[in-house]
Amino acid sequence: MSAVEARGVGKVFSSRSGDVVALEGIDLTVAAGEFVALIGPSGCGKSTLLRLIADLDAPTTGELTVFGKTPQQAREAQDYGIAFQQAGLLPWRTVTANVELPLELHGVGKAERAGRARELLSLVGLDDFAGHFPHQLSGGMQQRVAIARSLAERPSLLLMDEPFGALDEMTRERMQTELVRICAESGAAVVFVTHSIPEAVFLSQRVVVMSPRPGRISAVVPVNLGDVRGEGLREDASFFAAVTAVREALHGTPVTARGVDLR
Amino acid sequence: MTASAVRRWVAPVVLGVLALLLWQAFVVGAGIKPYLLPSPTAIVEQLVLVLPLVWSAALATGMNVLVGLVVGSVVAVGAAVVAARSRMADTLLSPTAAALSVMPIVALAPALNTMFGTTSTTPRRLVVSVVVFAPVFVNMLRGLRQVQPVHRDLLKAYAATPRQITRTVTIPGALPYLFTGLRIASSTAVIAAIVAEYFGGLQNGLGSRITSAASNSAYARAWAFVLGAILLGLVFYLATLALERTVARRQGG
Amino acid sequence: MTDLATTLAPERTAPVPVRPRERSTVGRRILVGVLAVLLLAALWELVKVVVPDGGGHLGEASVLPRTDDLAMPHVWDIVDRVLQPETSATGSPTVLSAMLSACWFTLRVALAGWLVGSIGGLLLAALMQRWQLAESALVPWVVLSQTVPLIALAPLVVGWGGRIHVGTFEWQRWMSVALIASYLAFFPVTIGALRGFQSPPAAQVELFRAQAASWNRTMLSLRLPASVPYLLPALRLGAATAVVGAIVAEVSTGTKGGIGRLIISYAQSASGDPAKPWAAIAAAALLGLVAAGLVSLLGLGLGRYRYAEVR
Repeated sequence: MSAVEARGVGKVFSSRSGDVVALEGIDLTVAAGEFVALIGPSGCGKSTLLRLIADLDAPTTGELTVFGKTPQQAREAQDYGIAFQQAGLLPWRTVTANVELPLELHGVGKAERAGRARELLSLVGLDDFAGHFPHQLSGGMQQRVAIARSLAERPSLLLMDEPFGALDEMTRERMQTELVRICAESGAAVVFVTHSIPEAVFLSQRVVVMSPRPGRISAVVPVNLGDVRGEGLREDASFFAAVTAVREALHGTPVTARGVDLR
Repeated sequence: MTASAVRRWVAPVVLGVLALLLWQAFVVGAGIKPYLLPSPTAIVEQLVLVLPLVWSAALATGMNVLVGLVVGSVVAVGAAVVAARSRMADTLLSPTAAALSVMPIVALAPALNTMFGTTSTTPRRLVVSVVVFAPVFVNMLRGLRQVQPVHRDLLKAYAATPRQITRTVTIPGALPYLFTGLRIASSTAVIAAIVAEYFGGLQNGLGSRITSAASNSAYARAWAFVLGAILLGLVFYLATLALERTVARRQGG
Repeated sequence: MTDLATTLAPERTAPVPVRPRERSTVGRRILVGVLAVLLLAALWELVKVVVPDGGGHLGEASVLPRTDDLAMPHVWDIVDRVLQPETSATGSPTVLSAMLSACWFTLRVALAGWLVGSIGGLLLAALMQRWQLAESALVPWVVLSQTVPLIALAPLVVGWGGRIHVGTFEWQRWMSVALIASYLAFFPVTIGALRGFQSPPAAQVELFRAQAASWNRTMLSLRLPASVPYLLPALRLGAATAVVGAIVAEVSTGTKGGIGRLIISYAQSASGDPAKPWAAIAAAALLGLVAAGLVSLLGLGLGRYRYAEVR
């Protein structure tokens, strides 16, 4: 069964100044265990699409299923984990208590929670910071806590809304490498929203390119770089080729000559 | 000690001492009459003399403040919780609180004295409660409303129940705001309790002592009671500050 | 990236943007106000019906008020009393006109005090903004003075009336009242102005610095306009506290002519004429609203600086 199935999904926001069509005619299938990146300029509705899948907003038109259920059923069954651009940690809870939050909300026992939190913190390399409070951590570390939290209930789908958007480039690349490893270990499907082309290419098996006003899918670029992706890949010709393909899809025209930027 | 610490601590202390010295020199040097301004040494002298009286008066006023503060805060927190949930209650309560905050509530004191009897402490405590209501209500409501969108999304994604949302996000997030309100309220409560005594009624608190000393032309003694009032205000301010710090530390702030 | 969903749910941080809904509906506010007053009147009458005349005692303390017509007159009796003559003497003005002239007196004194206090607060804040040392030395005292009941000094300042002479200038009693009012208005304005002057973000301050703008120019073109959202609420609060200060000062000085004194003298005759003090108290409450409202008018011409308001 596919993880996400969207057929003709649309979303209209009504506001005082009139209706805004955020999404229109979205058809998308994400297979179980597949890593799909959504990319596009600001206002193309990629975050909105993610929020529809997460049942944080409801689609105006079309059909959307998550593991064959409605998004609401999937949310209530906790089929997915989620991470946002802001880490969104609760400032009054320690790192451990933040990771335990979803487990606590769903009635998991104390001992089991503590064990799972230890496991997850070592997965994201934060064993030594279990007792710290969020404000004592750097932005990258906070984001790793948020990712650990999203994995707490071993979801078969991960929804990530620009989780590395606020990080510096070096931290960002390290986090990407870690995410590839974590996803390979957990076998979860991922829908990953980003506006960085190299990030989308490095992480995903398919890049879904979106265009704004109204938000639509303008192209889907398959990325065949294999399952094992290390730092070396970033300097590989195949990586550059895929980046070029996504860039061309984004701009709608082939980038013509070397060194000439037609934007 | 670093340069900034010097400036933070030494500058205000130096200014304070300088002001006291100037005050003393001005009063003694210019031969200012006590009804205009007694000298600091004369005030301290009087304070030592009437210390037991200052203590008992401060206890009486302090009790009024405490009771009024607790009652007013409890009512305000309850009202804020209701206003956060019901739009109708909000449209009624928020403007009322805003109006209360600019009204001279102490003016109620004489009428309340008639209602509850002039020998009762209830009128003063009631005045304090009403004065406390507005700042606590406004801040608590702001705190209940400030839930960050990302936290709201997160809890919805976890399919948390309303009760769980209240317990894990709303209340811990609102606490700092509540304490801000309490800190403002505690000083206005002390002021209200003292001023309410100027409007008649029982003669056992600091406010009544100040007026009676002033009308007996015992100006230095009146200033000694004022000093007691200032200390009482400080005690309440520091107490709420300490409470705030304790909770903040437990929350890792 | 600012996607629609996130823009539609803006984060709430202080200063809070003034939403158009709040600014435009003066009519609705008045309606709510009238509704609140009606509710209060209904509650009043309900208490009169439910609570026994003698009040209620819990041990020593009286927890419920006496509700007979002497302690809590009917709302309509209060309204009616306002329109009747103040005393039985012939030619006595109505309570309404007595209260109006008393409120007018208090309002003038309070606004005079507010003006002096606000100007003083603005100057002190500018001084603290200009010299860091002044700020370090003064801020703890300003904060401290807000937390302690300095209004307790009122009965003492009152003694100055008629006792200070400088040349032909003689210190009047109403000046003591205005002094206390100005004193109370002074602190909120100082704090609000200082916070406002310091509110421009580093990027803006550095822009002025990079242009080699003088301190005066930076103050005039950057800090002063930026302080408006902080200053207006502070001035409003200052007006309200000035009214409280004026009333308290009138009461503790026995200054005649103002609403504070009127409340006391009406309260003293409450046993024979119970509706009068309540009318005066309502007038005092209205006076607070009017003073704050008058100061709010200052904000009318400053719309563009009020993109956000600290509440």
